[in-house]
Amino acid sequence: MATSVLDHAPATHAKAPTGIWSWITTVDHKRIGILYGATAFLFFLIGGLEALFMRIQLMKPDNHFVSAEMFNALFTMHGTTMIFLGVMPLSAMFFNYFIPLQIGARDVAFPRLNAFSYWVFLLGGLFINFSWLINAAPNTGWFGYANLTENQYSPGINTDFWVLGLQILGVASIAAAINFFVTIVNLRAPGMKMLRMPMFTWMSFITQILLLLAFPVITIALVFLMMDRHFGTHFFLPEGGGDPVLWQHLFWIFGHPEVYILILPAFGIVSEVLPVFSRKPLFGYTAMVFSGAFIAFLGFGVWSHHMFSTGMGPFADSFFALSTMLIAVPTGVKIFNWIGTLWGGSLQMKTPLYFAVGMVAMFIVGGLSGVMHSSPPADLQQTDTYFVVAHFHYVLFGGSIFGLTAGAYYWFPKMFGRMLDETIGKVHFWLMFIGFNVTFFPMHFLGLNGMPRRVYTYPAELNFEFWNRIQTWGSLLLGFSMLVFIYNIWKAARKPADAPADPWRGATLEWLIPSPPQEFNFGTVPPVGSSTPAWDLRRANGGPLPEPKPESGAGIHMPRPSYWPAVTAIGVLGVIGSILFTHAFHQWYFITITGAAILIYGIYRWAFEPAF
Amino acid sequence: MSDAAAHVMDHPTSTGIDSKKVAIWTLIGSECLLFASLISTYLVYKGKSLVGPLPHAESQCMLHGKMQTCEPMFEIPLVTFGTAVLLFSSFFVVLALYGAQKGNRKMLVGWLSMTVLCGLFFIGMQVYEFTHFYHKGMGYGTNLFSSTFYTLTGFHGSHVTVGVIWLSTLLYRGIKGKLPQEKALNLEIAALYWHFVDVVWIVIFPVVYLMR
Repeated sequence: MATSVLDHAPATHAKAPTGIWSWITTVDHKRIGILYGATAFLFFLIGGLEALFMRIQLMKPDNHFVSAEMFNALFTMHGTTMIFLGVMPLSAMFFNYFIPLQIGARDVAFPRLNAFSYWVFLLGGLFINFSWLINAAPNTGWFGYANLTENQYSPGINTDFWVLGLQILGVASIAAAINFFVTIVNLRAPGMKMLRMPMFTWMSFITQILLLLAFPVITIALVFLMMDRHFGTHFFLPEGGGDPVLWQHLFWIFGHPEVYILILPAFGIVSEVLPVFSRKPLFGYTAMVFSGAFIAFLGFGVWSHHMFSTGMGPFADSFFALSTMLIAVPTGVKIFNWIGTLWGGSLQMKTPLYFAVGMVAMFIVGGLSGVMHSSPPADLQQTDTYFVVAHFHYVLFGGSIFGLTAGAYYWFPKMFGRMLDETIGKVHFWLMFIGFNVTFFPMHFLGLNGMPRRVYTYPAELNFEFWNRIQTWGSLLLGFSMLVFIYNIWKAARKPADAPADPWRGATLEWLIPSPPQEFNFGTVPPVGSSTPAWDLRRANGGPLPEPKPESGAGIHMPRPSYWPAVTAIGVLGVIGSILFTHAFHQWYFITITGAAILIYGIYRWAFEPAF
Repeated sequence: MSDAAAHVMDHPTSTGIDSKKVAIWTLIGSECLLFASLISTYLVYKGKSLVGPLPHAESQCMLHGKMQTCEPMFEIPLVTFGTAVLLFSSFFVVLALYGAQKGNRKMLVGWLSMTVLCGLFFIGMQVYEFTHFYHKGMGYGTNLFSSTFYTLTGFHGSHVTVGVIWLSTLLYRGIKGKLPQEKALNLEIAALYWHFVDVVWIVIFPVVYLMR
């Protein structure tokens, strides 16, 4: 029995419009998801190029491929780009596209707010990267430690691009987090209780909570820094009584939850992929939910493990060491549950499974070196060395990127109606897996041998060259694997649509509708009686379900397209970006006022425009 | 119900609570961390100012180009009155909402006007306070007290301003008869925000003005 959700006044809908204007005004979560994905992938490639330039510079001792100043800008922009413009929006692509599909919703709770988030994100990303074009790229590290970021040490507008750019991106993140939080709380299909939600939706839900609670803290920290730089305060300046360590506290109260914001969506994707390709339900569903929630909760109590070297004293060091070690428990629960899911399963050796298993394995390596850092005496040896670089690339690349790539192979057929090539996919996996390990595993050795991070070169007599050379070759292989991925997508784009609704025998609602889904997602939402509703229907049917037919969609009215979210986003850019000009000319606040006028006008037009 | 928008507002949700209402609660939850960061910073830097002026005590500060003894900055009676006005506005907006829900336009418009007036009074008080402090030698960057004080209360004041603009918009709609009973939820959401802004002030007032 199917429950009808068509309960509205009739409105007709022609087929989806095309053309650039339809993308600018779109409020369809699926299109916005694709926009997020495409934009984030471009930024991700830029961030990858920055990494390759650094690797080429470090290939041999006393190298001058790039200058020391350029190297600073490269590692700053690489970190900032990968975190805020790569992994976070790539996750947002999946939030956008699949949260509504997985919970059986027509769209997100606030479709126009969703469009607004994307436009603000795009403008923020362009804003930060614009700095390259005028040779003023941020160069103080992605963590922007005061008082290095203060006027005395960073007099140029480089740091302003970073401060204001992150502020703009924060607006996008908060707006999106509110939207997805409400969507998951309020728009679930009948019967989908919280503890029947797919694991990707669950981990995304927890991620939204982290975003909501972590981003305001960085907002305030960035406001303080901006005031210090432009309006004469001394929040982080010792000569005025301020304390630079306060920046570190505020930054890492945001920064540690941020790393869970980066990894939890990937955890969710892997928890979707492993059961489907093992042909058995996720092992320990409830334990997975609560371990995710526990990781997020503990994530707010461990921030000072990033600051052991500031000398906080034995009490604080012990507290943060213990709370950090505690995180290994729920994380371990997750890893054993993933292994338990695979155990005895009927494994389908498809590309998504390769990447998901690769993620679990690589994340274990990064997780174990993380436990090593949690001990202050060990950390004092490892901090600011390549050992730490190895650690966080194993969790962020080996964890997040492998997980997101698993998601890309898993969901690509649903998004574009075309299968990615399996053989090329496996070549992609092995190149990426080998390239990744060759690049990052030797960093453990180099770090323990004392090679410092963020230093543009090293003298020959330190004997760092051997591993550095190998790492650079590994990174080129890693970069090449991305070309293989792009080739795979390009090849898929050129062939006729061939993906069935359910190519993988999926367990969740998105596999019950055509690939790609119609604009309104579900003509009728099937009953949900467990966390694997598609498998329930399959079982009841005694075999594969018939291919779903396109529905007319008559009687379903969808949100109207609107360009006011994009206009409002320009207002946000104007207001925040105007601070860039305080030193450039006296009437800089005219830009602020213009931005504010656009912002307010946009909000009013948006608020009084009929949503449907 | 006449138009589609009103229809959609009643769309059944998983929790039975309107999505816009869940959204404003979510925003409020997020904003708590914003103010927590500001208040914590104020407290961490309390008593760490290298020069005057100070909130509660006489101090040496730079005034009219030379170091001299400055009086304490705070004028508690004025701010106490402003606090009371802001608290009353929370009560008034409840009455306005009651009017809106009952379809009583006179009650809605009357009490909502009072709410907006209270909000405006509070903003006026803060503008007076800031200018007054400035003339008494307390610029934004003068010392840690001035920077943390202006940032914290300034953030709160801008939230009050947003609230006043929001409520004024609804007041205008109410006067025009465009805030009927079935759209009372729009006022309820604005009122939730308004209450939150008041509650934040209930924390700020004792922490900043009363605690010595």
